Amino acid sequence: MRGRLLAFIYRHRSLQLLLLLVPPAGWFGVVYLGSLAVLFVAAFWSLDPLTSAIRHELTLRNFQQLVTDGVYRVVALRTIGIAAIVTVTDVLLAFPLAYYMARYARPRTRAILFVLVLLPLWSSYLVRVYAWRVILAQGGPLEWGLAQVGIPGVAIYPSDLAIPIVFSYIWLPYMILPIYAGLERIPGSLLEASGDLGARPGTTFRRVVLPLVFPAVVAGSIFTFSLTLGDYITPVLVSNSQFIGNVVFDSQGVAGNVPFAAAFAMVPVLVMALYLIVARRLGAFDAL
Amino acid sequence: MARRVVGIATIVVLLFLYLPILVIALYAFNADRGQSWPITEWTTRWFGDALANEGVRDAFVLSLEAAVGATALALLLGSLAAFAVHRFRFFGRETISFVLLLPLALPGIVTGMALNATFNTIGLKFSLFTIIVGHATFCVVVVYNNVVARLRRSSHSIEEASMDLGADTWQTFRYVTFPVVRTALLAGALLAFALSFDEVIVTTFTAGTDQTLPIWILTNLRLPNQRPIVNVVAVLVILLSAIPVWLSQRLASEGGTPTRH
Repeated sequence: MRGRLLAFIYRHRSLQLLLLLVPPAGWFGVVYLGSLAVLFVAAFWSLDPLTSAIRHELTLRNFQQLVTDGVYRVVALRTIGIAAIVTVTDVLLAFPLAYYMARYARPRTRAILFVLVLLPLWSSYLVRVYAWRVILAQGGPLEWGLAQVGIPGVAIYPSDLAIPIVFSYIWLPYMILPIYAGLERIPGSLLEASGDLGARPGTTFRRVVLPLVFPAVVAGSIFTFSLTLGDYITPVLVSNSQFIGNVVFDSQGVAGNVPFAAAFAMVPVLVMALYLIVARRLGAFDAL
Repeated sequence: MARRVVGIATIVVLLFLYLPILVIALYAFNADRGQSWPITEWTTRWFGDALANEGVRDAFVLSLEAAVGATALALLLGSLAAFAVHRFRFFGRETISFVLLLPLALPGIVTGMALNATFNTIGLKFSLFTIIVGHATFCVVVVYNNVVARLRRSSHSIEEASMDLGADTWQTFRYVTFPVVRTALLAGALLAFALSFDEVIVTTFTAGTDQTLPIWILTNLRLPNQRPIVNVVAVLVILLSAIPVWLSQRLASEGGTPTRH
């Protein structure tokens, strides 16, 4: 009996495909894309001011409130601005390490460096934020260290400056890995050719290496930008400022206003959609 | 010259990556309840306190349950999707890996808020189940990526050979296909486990009042008298997530490196 069933399945390729595809496609179609659809629709619902019950009629009220109330504009611009700063900082920090891995390191060193970059990526996000909170705090290691070299009284936590520092630290591996992969794909003969044709190392770097590795940088920036945009834990822990995520979280939790939270969550979705379209144009998807 | 400058910058960036982790590890042995630097007195007594703490234990158990559940679901869904994409040509095949990646690539609050709005709308109570649903959704892609990468490197002809030699579909899977992907499955599962064990943003939207270990840390790190215990838990969590990643790195290097995206 088992044999006949297996033979039947083996002969019908479309049945095999169906059996393989239905569980994952069903899960992502219903649970995930379905949830995104609910989020989208919920953004157009509203909260009854008297009963605090959700009214399931479509209205633009949440979006009106987002546009007219200056507070939300400040929060949105702060979030997007800091995400941009973090992305630029991470490119600058990632480049030398990625370049060393791809061009100078011997295979063994390269393998060790690879694991050293990978480990922080996977080790507890929260613990690493917490570590920075301790380091930047009053009386912490950074203030002590700066006092030793004659710069006393620098406590960065809690402040807006702490946010980009911590984010740059947390998401750095996401930038190193794609840049490294991009640099490794450049054939060494290309750089030699540039040198043979009379270009100095600086010129080769600017006119050959940078243009070739640019899609990989954009690929890395998708992660640093998106992850910063969608975070709200770090701002709470190291500053007194709010990110989009803080407003979303507090709206659905403390205030019980799921429709407004859903509407504000549309802002990062929209920003990321635009970002991905531009990134695709720049060839980032081929560099992932 | 250029090489030396790049080399020094590399060392500086590596220090930047690892010094904070070292600092928090040192604080776990700080005898003083305050957090001022430098540490003057050392102790190991907070480790006993942390392991005996009921809140820590409950949160640890919940995190384990969530990670096991999410990993099991991710293994099933991720490997099915990987086999489907590798073996067949069908409409929408190219979009599959993109859709699977979305929960990780979209901002965390979006995934969290989407699930939250859905659970609220259909009236599903927050529980271990809702945590697992959220975690599984973003864990699928790591299993999928590891299995697909392994399948691409393996040859379909060994399966055809097995069938030609008289093995049935089940025997071929059991003795030929499965051994090929076994370590990739294990590597993917370890990464999915680490990812789930560590997740905090989506979890805050899907956990209700339940506390996973990261949420326990988040709640307690603001309470000054809990600091020593939080420091110890921080070190244990770092070790617990480093071990599976290191193991999976070794497993996957049988045929490449594991990828998160």
